[in-house]
Parts: sequence; structure tokens; C-alpha cells
Amino acid sequence: MSSPITEPSQTALVIDDEPQIRRLLRVTLEANGYAVVDATNGKEGIVQAAQCRPDVILLDLGLPDLTGVKVLKRIREWSQVPVVILSVRDREQDKIAALDAGADDYVTKPFASGELLARLRTARRRSQPATIAVFRAADLEIDLSARLVRKHGVEVKLTPTEYALLRQLVVHAGKVITHRQLLTEIWGPGAVEQTHYLRVHIAHLREKLEDSAAPAGLILTEPGVGYRLVGGTD
Amino acid sequence: MEPDRPNPDSLLAAIQNEVARKKRGRLKVFLGMCPGVGKTFAMLEAAQREIKNGSDLVIGYVETHGRKETDALTAGLPLIARKNLVHRDLALTEMDLDAVLARHPQLALVDELAHTNTPGSRHPKRWQDVNELLDAGIDVFTTLNVQHIESRADTVRQVTGAEIRETVPDSMLDDAELELIDLPPAELVERLQQGKIYLPERTASATQNFFRAANLTALRELSLRLVADHVGAETQAHHRRQNQAVAWKTGHRLMVAVSGSPFSESLIRWTRRMADSLRCPWLAVHIENAHGLEDATQSRLEKNLALARSMGAEVIGTTDENLARGLLRVARQNNVSQLIIGKPAVNNPLAWLWGGRLLRQLARDSGNIDLQVVRAEKSDLVPRTPGWRWRPSTSWKQYGAAAGVLAAMGLLNVLLAQFTGPRVPGFIFLLAVVLLALFLGRGPVLFAGVASALVWNYFFLPPRFTFIINNTEDGILFGLYFVVASVLGQLVARIRTQEQAERQREERATALYQLTREFAAAGTRDEVVWQLIAEVDRVFHAHTAVVLPGENSLAAHPDGSLVLSEKELHVAEWGFLNRQAAGKFTDNLPGAEALHLPLMTERAVVGMLSVKLSDKVLPLVRRDLLETYARQATLVLDRVALRAAGEQNKLIAESERLSNALLNSISHELRTPLAAITSAASALAEVKNADGEFNHAMIAEIQEASARLNRLVGNLLDVTRLDSGHVRPKLDWCDVSDLVQTTIRSLGRELAGREIKVEVAKAMPLARLDFTLMQQVLANLLLNAALHTPAGTRIQLQAWPEKEHLFFAVADNGPGLSPELLPHLFGKFFRAPDAPAGGSGLGLAIVKGFVEAHGGQISAANRPAGGAIFSIRIPQTELPPTEALP
Repeated sequence: MSSPITEPSQTALVIDDEPQIRRLLRVTLEANGYAVVDATNGKEGIVQAAQCRPDVILLDLGLPDLTGVKVLKRIREWSQVPVVILSVRDREQDKIAALDAGADDYVTKPFASGELLARLRTARRRSQPATIAVFRAADLEIDLSARLVRKHGVEVKLTPTEYALLRQLVVHAGKVITHRQLLTEIWGPGAVEQTHYLRVHIAHLREKLEDSAAPAGLILTEPGVGYRLVGGTD
Repeated sequence: MEPDRPNPDSLLAAIQNEVARKKRGRLKVFLGMCPGVGKTFAMLEAAQREIKNGSDLVIGYVETHGRKETDALTAGLPLIARKNLVHRDLALTEMDLDAVLARHPQLALVDELAHTNTPGSRHPKRWQDVNELLDAGIDVFTTLNVQHIESRADTVRQVTGAEIRETVPDSMLDDAELELIDLPPAELVERLQQGKIYLPERTASATQNFFRAANLTALRELSLRLVADHVGAETQAHHRRQNQAVAWKTGHRLMVAVSGSPFSESLIRWTRRMADSLRCPWLAVHIENAHGLEDATQSRLEKNLALARSMGAEVIGTTDENLARGLLRVARQNNVSQLIIGKPAVNNPLAWLWGGRLLRQLARDSGNIDLQVVRAEKSDLVPRTPGWRWRPSTSWKQYGAAAGVLAAMGLLNVLLAQFTGPRVPGFIFLLAVVLLALFLGRGPVLFAGVASALVWNYFFLPPRFTFIINNTEDGILFGLYFVVASVLGQLVARIRTQEQAERQREERATALYQLTREFAAAGTRDEVVWQLIAEVDRVFHAHTAVVLPGENSLAAHPDGSLVLSEKELHVAEWGFLNRQAAGKFTDNLPGAEALHLPLMTERAVVGMLSVKLSDKVLPLVRRDLLETYARQATLVLDRVALRAAGEQNKLIAESERLSNALLNSISHELRTPLAAITSAASALAEVKNADGEFNHAMIAEIQEASARLNRLVGNLLDVTRLDSGHVRPKLDWCDVSDLVQTTIRSLGRELAGREIKVEVAKAMPLARLDFTLMQQVLANLLLNAALHTPAGTRIQLQAWPEKEHLFFAVADNGPGLSPELLPHLFGKFFRAPDAPAGGSGLGLAIVKGFVEAHGGQISAANRPAGGAIFSIRIPQTELPPTEALP
């Protein structure tokens, strides 16, 4: 609410069966320059998504008629609109299922409004055509077009696998990528059980990219779900 | 490292102990060529070395024969008291097997492997005791003379002329380490004469008999060769592990034909030696025919087959009227390359003729199977049976019956002959012989044929009352009669025996069919047991019980028709624990009244089938059938158990689904309003131009309260999940240092202003953990430490791997835990009386639950240097994948 109405007006669709949450989200979002449409159940949500063509969707998992994941899958049949899950369920199975079904992010209730808004921004940004060529975080620079990684201006040598992994994280910067997605993308569908590949390579990447002095938190571990690259300023 | 970490040495010892229990013990044999070479001495010397190295060893049984030097060596070795037994008024002592098993040392010394136990012991032979020790995972040192090795016993007997009564099967030595105690014969004789081996009164006779120089040289050569062969076998086994193809390239497979003949024994030994030198598997086959055997022969056959089994043969029994055909059929089915049979005896023309026929038939039909005809060595141990054997008493009755019927026919013929010529009586006699063949065995029928021919000739053919035949026609007639009577009689008798065999086979098939059908209908364990008991009772005319594991001991099923005495129950229990048949007709506790067969699946023994048979000996066919019954019953019992387990699993899954739905709904109801509060408060906090300090302070209070409430809800839900038993860790490979860092980062606000000192071992492998659960464990411990120590106190978090475990420790330098609270620390809703506000009393209970869900343990203690320490130990059975990463 610090810098409202600087962005062009955008539409957010809130699909949640709790009136209180809907009211609260409406106030928060409208104060930050969103036009808000809401739906009280899954079917209505799908219809609204088709009719209003929202720029972002906030979806609850526990809906009275359809499960949130089902609603998400239906929407994904014809639209790539960013979807952020907003749910009280904090078990990793639920998160993985939603993320694998195509959700862009997952926020557990209770949430702080600032964090929610930041997540929405990231999700929206990612939905725009990928123009990220150079990712910068502090004194780290990842140049995808030149396949170059520099720390303090010095080139960091990465193995092909490490680079492929880093590239996936950069392309989806800010978003959680599940283990399954990373493994499928880099090692193929046959490797979805081989999580130890990820553990070892991520550890190597962290060693090479983060400064060991402080837990820099460039590559964040989402417990039981996947990884997220944070801190980009592109 | 902290002083209060578990002592790695004691931990390692405990782990090794556990591993050792599962493994079979190793056998080391001190082998000598004859008594007196110093085997026991060498064994005790080795034991002294072991005990100096800290080995846990005991003397199970050592016999020093009063030799002083040997006696001296037993000093300092712990001794298990021998068991006293009385047999025929003689007080005897034996190794106390149960005491040694109960003591369970690493290593036991058991002298004289070939010793025969006093009747009434658990096993007839000491090597069987040793086997049980090895099975229990106890290493054994033992001594043995070469002449007592089963496959060498014959050779030793030939060389020395001494009778060898006690033998040890070669299979005992297969995995053993052999140490040859060698002594030049001259030195041995010297030692003997110095009275170091036997007491003086026996020395003289010993020198003259066994200890002749020629004997000793031969025995020495025999033992040297045995050890050399053994080493050769070990090398080959090594090659085999390296490259499967090398060792088995010979492709040999031997088969020896076994009968109840006393010669079979040496034939079996011969085959084992041959299989040894060819390094190939071998079979022992017995072909049963419908004639049945005398009791003595039958029991000798059983003994021979048991001998073959103990020497490592696969034993097969089958039925066939034609011996050669049966042998070749089994040989072909088992890809046998060489068939070994005994040379027919020469001193008995009939047997020779018959044996010759078998040989000819085998030679003609054996095709690509090689035939080895081996000289039947005379076995002095077995009393020679007379060359011509009469059938036992039942046969005498048959001969009597034959004679009686012939006499009656003779009288009839005398009456008839007045009206007819001399030929009619011949036909009537012929009729009688054929009829007799329907009821009697071969011998009596042959006898009837011969006798009737002679009677016809003497009484009826002219000139009557002489054996003279004076016309050609009668001569031819008499000759023809003789041939027709014998052939017809034999044919009918054979048809009858074949029919009997058929009937036996059919009975067996029907019995099995019946059993399968009954089992198919049985749905519960009790029904299966009841059917099994009923069928065994019916088919074997026996009394039967089924013994099943109960709450904490074995108990007989109440449906049994056999009431098991305390003693029999112990026998069954022994079989159950050792996965072996026990009791009568076996080598394990043969003094028992009943035969106890294990009901055994591949995974475990589910019970014992105890059968009290009235048979004196148990023929192979009957034993086979009984074992088949046991196998069938096991399969069905297993199926019933699996089905029950499946249903149980379905129930559990359903209850888990319901409980998850319930928890989700509760979580939804409680957290939705919380979400509204948190979100609204955070939105308010971000409004920059809100009026003043007061509002900000109030908003901060709301935020903190709702965060605390949210934690409480989370904890309550976790405790509920733990209580309903639905916490199952999803184990995955985790980077422990990532786990620790992620945990600390997630607690950023709560641990603000605290110094957390993290020590993760450098060489930390990936660990098998549930990341989320372990994150919560560490988070709760850190929060707990932060809550109960003054602000600014340093908190340490350590993680390190050790053998098959992963350790975590969270320690602080705070006031520590008061000792009386220690036992209650991990209880639900337990809060220390002086605890500051903010805790729910659930954190540590959840920690304990999650750690235990990982199969781990947690403990709390005070550090000697002050402060509390919580230590977690989580087993890591799986090794991290080490293959090169793609």
C-alpha cells in the first residue's frame, strides 16, 4: 500500500468459499491497484476465469464442490493465467500436488498481506514473455544468453548439470519448482525418484554461488516440496 | 566433541553384537591324522591367543586325557560345567548345549567333533550340537581325526583294518577352516612310547595295532591330501564368485542309485568323493517298487538315504516297477551326466543274473548318460544277509496256503481221474496256479507251479507213482505245463503288484486332492488347522496336533487329537526355533514319541505339525506325503494370514483417510479466522501514516498472539496425528546441512538476537529422513532452548554420522533441567513449573513422536559443564547411493 496505483489496473479473481477471507482480500488487493472479481465455489470460479480473463487467480484448495486441484487443472486446459494457491493445508503432499498441477505459487494461511502481494507480483511477472537474459542478485550475475556465471565479477566454473539446474531455477526465479519438475526437466522422466541427484548438485551450486560466511539464501529449500531461487533484481 | 555424547566404542560393540547374532558362526577344525598328534593342545593354544586378544570364549567340552601340558593350557579359560547323564548305570558327562547357548559366547571350544552323545541327549552326535551352536551365531573351535570324516572312513578302514564307528558328514567341513596338526610318524611313536598319548597299560597294544608306521604314513598322506583338496575348493569357490562360468564348466552331475543293500553305503561314499573331485552336485535316488521291503532292509534304506543327505546329496525317491527305466527317467529329468550303480554280487548266481539284466538294460537305454559300475566294497559293519532269503512269516503262511490249495486240488483230481484221462487234472492244476497268483506273491506262485507239475507227473501221468514219463506226447505236455504255469503265475503276480502300486499312487493322489479341496473351503486359520488334523489322522492313522505360536510361547491348537506332553512340546519348540524337523524318525531329539515337522514358508516358520505314528519305520513315500501335507497346509495358512493382513491394511487406510479429512476440516475451521486476523493486522502494520506508537504496539500484540495461536493449532493437529498413529515419515535423501540451515532460517524472527552455533560434520553423507518432520523436530528443540534460557545464551546445534546412525544434539549453556522433571519432559502438555509463558507443552512431545516415527531415540540430560542437551539418534540402514551422478 506504500506505492499504490503505479501499475496499470489489473484484474484478480479470488476463488474462496469463506466470505471473511474474500472480503479481506478484496480490501487488500483493491488498495494495491487490483480490480477484484470473486467466486464462492469451483464451478463459478471456472466460469469467471473464462468470462473476466483475470490477470491473476487466487485459489483456495478446500472448496465445497470441486477440489482446488481439479479447478486448477480445468483452467490450465485453456489458460496459462498465473494461479496462486491460498490454503490452510500445510502438508507438503498438498503443495506438491498443486504445484505439479500447474500452480505458480503456494501461500499457506495465515499469511501476511505484504508477503502475499510480493508473491502475486512475482507470479504476474513470470507470466509475461520471458525476457530474462541476465539475472542479478547482490554481486552475482547469471547471463543466460552467454551461458556465463560471475561472482564478484569473477567467472564461476559450473559443470553442465549444475548449469542446467541453475538455468531452470533462473528461468522460474521466485517460483517454487518441485523436485519432480526439476528431475524431469534435467534427467528425464525416468529419474523422478532420484532426489539424491538434486541434493548433491544443489549443495555444489550453493557452495560455488553463495558466500559460505552467511546463509545467503539464494537457493531456498522448500521443505519436502522443491527449491526456489530468490533475490533477483532484473 | 562433547563429553556426554554416547561412547562410540560401546555403541559399535552393541551393533556388532546384533550383527553377529544374525550370522552363522564360523567353524575351525584342528585336524589330525590320528589320536595323539596334539590337536587339543593346538586348539587350546589358539584359544589362549584369542583370549589375549579380548575374545569372549568358553570351553564347552575339552578332554585333556590327563595330559599335563594340555591341562596347563586350560588355565584361565572360562568353563561351562558339563551335564551329568546316567546311562545303563554309568555316570557320563556331556557338553551342556543349552548352557552354552544361553551363555552365547563369541567362541566355544568343543573337543572331538565325531563323539557320539549319550542316549537321551538332544542330538545323537556331537557334530549336530556344534551345528546348533554355529546356527546360533557362535564360532566354534573343534578337533577331529581324519578317519572320522564320512567320505574317508572306508579308506581308513581298508588301510588300517580298524572299525570306524563314529563319523562326521563331509558337509560339516564345507565351510570350515581346517588347520592340519601334522607330526612325523616317528615322533608320534616316540611320544606314544613316552606315555604321552595313552596311559602305559594301553600303549603296548596301541603300538602293535593302530600305530604301526605303515598305517601312520598312510593316514598322514590322507589328511595332507584332504587339507590340500579343501584349500583347492576354497580357491575354486573364490573363482566362482569372480566368474560364474569357470568353476562349473565341467557341467557334471552325478547320480547314485541307492537301495536297502548294505553295499549302498560305500557306493554313496564313493560318489561323494567323486563329486568332490569333480566339484559337481550329486543326487541319490531310490526307486521303490510295489513289493515293499522287509523292515530291516527298509530301515537300512532310510539310513542310506539319510547318509546321502548328510553328505550333501539331493535325495529323490520315486516309484517304478522297472528299476532301469525309473533310474533313467530321474536321471534325464535332472540332467545327470553320470549314473553310478553297484556291481552285482558274484557269489549269488540268481542275484548276479538279475543284476546283469539291470546292467544290460541300463547300458542299452542310457543314451548320453555315462554309466559307472562300481565294485561293491564289503562292509564289515553290517551283518551279512544269507544269499537266499525267505520271505518272513507272512510268506510262510502263503506257502502253506499254496500247498493246501494244491492238496485240495489233488484230491479233487484223484476223484476226477477215475472218469477222465491224465490230462484233465493238469488243466485243473493250471487253473489252481493262476487263481493262487491272484492272491499270493511271486515265490509261493512259483512254488505252486513247480509242485503241481511234479504232483501231476507223479500221481497222474502214466506210469503213475513214478516221475518217469515214457511217451513223447506226455513229455512235451509236461514241459509245456511247467512253462505255462510259471509264466502265467508270474504274469498274474506282476499285474497284481502293478495294480497295487497304481492303487497306492491313486490313494496318494486322492488324499492330496481331498486335502486341497478341504483347504480350498477353509477360510480361517482355525478351519485350516482343523482340516489338516482331520486329514492326517485319517490318512496316516495317527494322532496329530498342530503347535502354533501364542502370546509368548508355543501352544498346541485345541483341535488336536494328540495331547502333547511338556516334553513333546519342548521338542516342537526346538524344531520351531531351529526351522527343522525334530523328534522321532529324525536326528534331532529322536527319543521323542512324535514326529514334529515345521510348517515353513520362505519367510518364517508359522507352526509345527506334530504327528504320533504307530509305524516302526517311516517309509520314504509316507514321509514325503506327510511333508507334502505340511507344505500344503503352510501355503494355505500363509494365504489366510496374508488375506487377514490385507483386510487390516484396508481398514487402516480407510481410518487414515477419515482422520485426515477430519483434521483438514478442523484445521480449516480454526485457521480461516486466524488468517483473517493475521492478514488484517499485517495490512494495518504496513500503513505508514497510522496514528502513533500506541496503535503500532497494539497491532504488534495482535500479530504475536495470532502467531502463537497458529503454532498451537499446528501443534494440536500434529499431536492428534501422532496419537492416531498416522504419522509415517516419507523418507527421502536429505542434505543434513541444508536441513539445519533451512530450519534456522525459518525461525528467523523467533531466534532473533540469539547466537546459534552450528556444527555439521564435514564428511556428512546424505541421510534418509523426512525433511519436513525433522525440520520441525529441530525447530521445536531450538525454540525450546530459546524459551528456557536467558536472552543472549548461546545455543549449539550439532549433527554427525556414526556407523549406522545419524546423531543430532541441541545444547545450551543455560540453567539446565531439574532432575525430577527429566522423566516427564516428553509428556503431552507437560510444562516446567517455572517455564516462561509462550509454550504449549506440546513441542517436546511432538519432537519425541517424530523422532520415534523415524525409528530413532531422543534423550535429555544436563551437561557436566552446565546447561541442557537433547540428543537424537536416528538409524540409517540404507547406505547413500554412491554411483557416479549423471
